[in-house]
Amino acid sequence: MLTDEQIERYSRHIMLKEVGGKGQQRLFDGRVLIIGAGGLGSPIALYLAAAGVGAIGIADADDVDLSNLQRQVIHFTPDVGKPKVESAREKMEAINPDVRVRTYKEWVSAANIGSIIADYDFVIDGTDNFAAKFLINDACVLAGKPYSHGGILQFDGQTMTVRPGESACYRCIFPEPPPKDAIPTCSRAGVIGVLPGVLGAIQATEAIKFLLAKGDLLTNRLLTYNALRMKFREIPLKRNPACPICGEHPTITEVKDELDALTVCDLEHR
Amino acid sequence: MKITINGKETALAENPARTVESLLDELDVAQRQYISVELNGEILERDAFGNTPVQSGDILEFLYFMGGGR
Repeated sequence: MLTDEQIERYSRHIMLKEVGGKGQQRLFDGRVLIIGAGGLGSPIALYLAAAGVGAIGIADADDVDLSNLQRQVIHFTPDVGKPKVESAREKMEAINPDVRVRTYKEWVSAANIGSIIADYDFVIDGTDNFAAKFLINDACVLAGKPYSHGGILQFDGQTMTVRPGESACYRCIFPEPPPKDAIPTCSRAGVIGVLPGVLGAIQATEAIKFLLAKGDLLTNRLLTYNALRMKFREIPLKRNPACPICGEHPTITEVKDELDALTVCDLEHR
Repeated sequence: MKITINGKETALAENPARTVESLLDELDVAQRQYISVELNGEILERDAFGNTPVQSGDILEFLYFMGGGR
């Protein structure tokens, strides 16, 4: 049951016929894991907390750095040096004390990802390296856990939602990670600060729609965005029978760390 | 002949020998060793780039790795 204060707090949700009191209750009952408390993770965490998603997990081993603040809007100047997950938790709880935030001050790996995602209904990838992106895909596909993929670089972003066994997964498009250092990362190639705001807001929208069971998820479609040309494109996708994890003859049957995909920058972070 | 690449109609000189692999070189596509290619709605296996002809009216999507997030 919603209290009077909650009815007021969520009034703009409740008046939507797609949400209503029932939908708001679904959000309260929802559990979403955000992996990465950085550029994408910041708006995702802020919006999911504001929306009243009841249980939000946030995983990141890093501390806030001055160079993060240009885009990682959940972290403030006095937070420099603080663990990102703690900085994020403080803001999420300040926005909405209804929300239970669980922090994981660790990098996801083959050893821990299964037990971390097990407690959640929906997972959001806000990481910055291919090792993590492939690991999240594999763990979610193997566990049948729906998730949102997001990637950004310079002025470009892409996102897709994966419903394992029903829609195309990341490996349906990209069967293997690129070799180490083949593709530039934000830390080397730069990123315009508002870009993760655009992509992260879309990923948060997907999580909310999933919890509400309303609308159409971004499945079997890759949404690409270019900020310079201000263009969105949607590329239709379908499941790939040759996909190494969700295809007809999968070769990947357990999660593994894609060590070859770690970049030098990622290793410096660790 | 005309093909569509990432939503843009592109005119190319006739070349019956053109394959997906030679097209990537011809257009000097960035990161072409690593991109994925969707041809008429199907993801093409990398091993098939060299022996898949590009034909008039084909719809190609070049899909790029994007690894950032923080």
